[in-house]
Amino acid sequence: MVLRTACRAAAIVLLVGIAATLPAYGQTLRIAMTAADIPTTSGIPNNGGEGYRFLGFPAFDGLIDWDFTHPDKIADLTPGLATSWQIDEGDRTRWLFTLRKGVVFHDGTPMTADAIIWNLQRLFDEKSPQYDPPASAIVRSFVNVLDRFEKVDDETIAIYTKVPFSFFPYMVPTMLMVSPTQWEKVGRSWVAFAKEPAGTGPFRITKVVTGQFVEMSRNEAYWDKTRIPKLAKLVVIPMPEATTRLSALRAGQVDWIEVPPPDAIPSLKAAGFQISLWPYPHTWPYLFNVSDGSVFHDRRVRQAMNFAIDRDALVKFLNGTAKPAVGLYPPDNAYFGNPTLHYSYDPERAKALLKEAGYGPDHPVKAKIMISTSGSGQMLPLPMNEILQQQLQAVGFELDFDVVEWGTMLIAKRSAPEAPASHNDDALNNSLGFSDPSVMPRYFSKASFSPNGINWGHYHDDRVEELLTKAQETFDTTERDRLVAQAHAIVVDEAPWLFIVHDLNPRALSPHVKGFQPAQSWYQDFTQLTVE
Amino acid sequence: MARFIIFRLLHTVLILFGVSIVVFGLIHLIPGNPLDILLPPEAPKEVVDRLKVEFGFDRPLYEQYLAWLWRVLSGNLGTSVFTGLGVTHELLNALGNTLVLALPAAVLGFTLGTVFGTVSAFNYGRWPDKFFSVLTILGLSMPHYWLAIVLVVVFAVIWNILPAAGMGSGGGWPTSWDDVRYLILPVITLSMIPMGVIGRMVRSTVLEILSHEFPTALRAKGLRGRRILFHVLKNAAPPALAVMGLQLGYLLGGSILVETVFNWPGSGQFMNLAIFRRDIPVLQGTVVVIASFFVFINLLVDVLQALIDPRMRR
Repeated sequence: MVLRTACRAAAIVLLVGIAATLPAYGQTLRIAMTAADIPTTSGIPNNGGEGYRFLGFPAFDGLIDWDFTHPDKIADLTPGLATSWQIDEGDRTRWLFTLRKGVVFHDGTPMTADAIIWNLQRLFDEKSPQYDPPASAIVRSFVNVLDRFEKVDDETIAIYTKVPFSFFPYMVPTMLMVSPTQWEKVGRSWVAFAKEPAGTGPFRITKVVTGQFVEMSRNEAYWDKTRIPKLAKLVVIPMPEATTRLSALRAGQVDWIEVPPPDAIPSLKAAGFQISLWPYPHTWPYLFNVSDGSVFHDRRVRQAMNFAIDRDALVKFLNGTAKPAVGLYPPDNAYFGNPTLHYSYDPERAKALLKEAGYGPDHPVKAKIMISTSGSGQMLPLPMNEILQQQLQAVGFELDFDVVEWGTMLIAKRSAPEAPASHNDDALNNSLGFSDPSVMPRYFSKASFSPNGINWGHYHDDRVEELLTKAQETFDTTERDRLVAQAHAIVVDEAPWLFIVHDLNPRALSPHVKGFQPAQSWYQDFTQLTVE
Repeated sequence: MARFIIFRLLHTVLILFGVSIVVFGLIHLIPGNPLDILLPPEAPKEVVDRLKVEFGFDRPLYEQYLAWLWRVLSGNLGTSVFTGLGVTHELLNALGNTLVLALPAAVLGFTLGTVFGTVSAFNYGRWPDKFFSVLTILGLSMPHYWLAIVLVVVFAVIWNILPAAGMGSGGGWPTSWDDVRYLILPVITLSMIPMGVIGRMVRSTVLEILSHEFPTALRAKGLRGRRILFHVLKNAAPPALAVMGLQLGYLLGGSILVETVFNWPGSGQFMNLAIFRRDIPVLQGTVVVIASFFVFINLLVDVLQALIDPRMRR
């Protein structure tokens, strides 16, 4: 009897032991996204940055990819399906890409120059059978300077820009490449392709359940041997409701959630969950309408507001999930430059500036700000704006909020400030990214004035214009970055925005998830993770 | 009877037509169209405009409506602007998921409501009446998203015996105990309102019927408990059935709040998503289908009432 019990116990110990010694290699990581639906799985994901984070870069590659290996600085570019790229010194609108050899798509067919051209036609050639209007529109939103492209030889392709444009490589990762053969095989339909896609990425999409989840599996044949996933599977689940994500994590149904509610962070920490906070290129500002007739036409009013808010108090309210912003770029960034004004909480200086501009305690600045109830990257718009409203009231600003739903704000942002869609508002509280220097002309140049571009507030400064034009024609990266930094310094001094905070992209991870090293990027690397 | 049904069916066509026009009008009152939401904020106007033409959103409203109507009449609800998938397919999928919740919730809610209401009425003023009245009023007045969160916190987070969200591995009708576990919390939550509504309804109707003279007459004739109960319930059934029909309609329409809390990919979430994305084809299709549910369930209830109560046939 005793012997039998002992044998059983030994067997159990042995089994448990075997289970425990199984390599972590082979685990599944389940992630709850904030998206309300599965981003498109056909290579060009919708749902913005989150779409590219989970269903873009893990499963597909561009000619150029984002480099996730330097967490201490903003993610830069790294060779993807092209091993190198360079500008044609004879024609500064012609970029040459040398293709990587021996890469195969997930369906086993080789990645060739013809396949790359076919993909570019999918996005830019309305007459090609594979033209994909929604994907094209998403890509064209970022890649707005591409003119045409051609195959030079089996190893090289050329892409032409409309004007000499040194920032072009930063736009290339958006164009993710898929297998033409697979598209033919599923019946020449992007909807069918989305169910069984084939790219070249470190993960391969193996199961798409509409409205519920996408399962990706390790691509053993990935060309970058250092980035063959340690995980066997990566499952991403749309879960728009923050409290639902929180309970799913706490109940052990998922291992990782994006954006836990900030007030849940202390209790998550206490329960042993890992909280990841890391800077990424995100700014949460007010975009001022600086055109004639707006209260923010006067630079002093804009500067006063930048001195009137207590960013640290806001950060404290957010449980440390953000850091103060005093520019589009943070001060430790190479593009920040040397502005003369360093914004800090200085109510006296703000009052002095307001007085200079003709305002005072009896004559406050009255402004109407459009804020959204929620939305991609918008953080917690309602309480955050209420805090700002109180802080600003003490200095002499009377803010009135025009609270709109996210979609309405997107439409306002694409309309000129005087258009009806902008509701006559004096500023827009809309978060924006700055992954690369090409955003500077998008936000601050005359060519990007709304409704044609996204310089909603019509900010314009000849010095900035000149520096940015020069930067985009400068192909020496050091010199180019110096010019961008100079332009940014002017932008900080001129304050076309109220610079408020940079989000730190909070994520909560189960204690079993190991090896996450966040990159300073909207996108992340999932290949080095393990789940114990 | 046949004439009655045909007449009601003709009515239905008119109602659905009206519903589709109202929905189409309402969605166009909200600023923006699906493309503004579909494309990244960085999208230049030129790109948005180009796609607008490709999707036909640049045409006059009546043309867009007629094009939609024509497609629907030929049995095609169109495709989602967002996913490119057929609305019919996606909607059936979502409705199927909602049905997985709605049917058990309806059975549970209607049964409990009927039992609680009857017991209350037969014990009028005594403790069972008070006890079940409290239960039904709670069911009726408790915000069910709140109850959902409390249930999740207790059963999923603290005790960790039931899943917090989702449908399990495969989706669709449960095929294993593991799938059933995903159903328990949302079904209980959803059954609360029908339980409360039916419970109150049955109680008051049964009380009203008990005050008639015929139960006393039945008792005087020597009938006992169960037989009397049968006669009373038969008389109480028509109003309760009418309410059940409405409740079933609500359940089939899917609860946006409950489906959001439980991350259940049903028709409530589907419609909610369509509203926020201004996905007009999806929204139109969903609303028309759900409206037709209401209309058909009401028709069914009317027929059932007429079967139970001969007076209604006149």
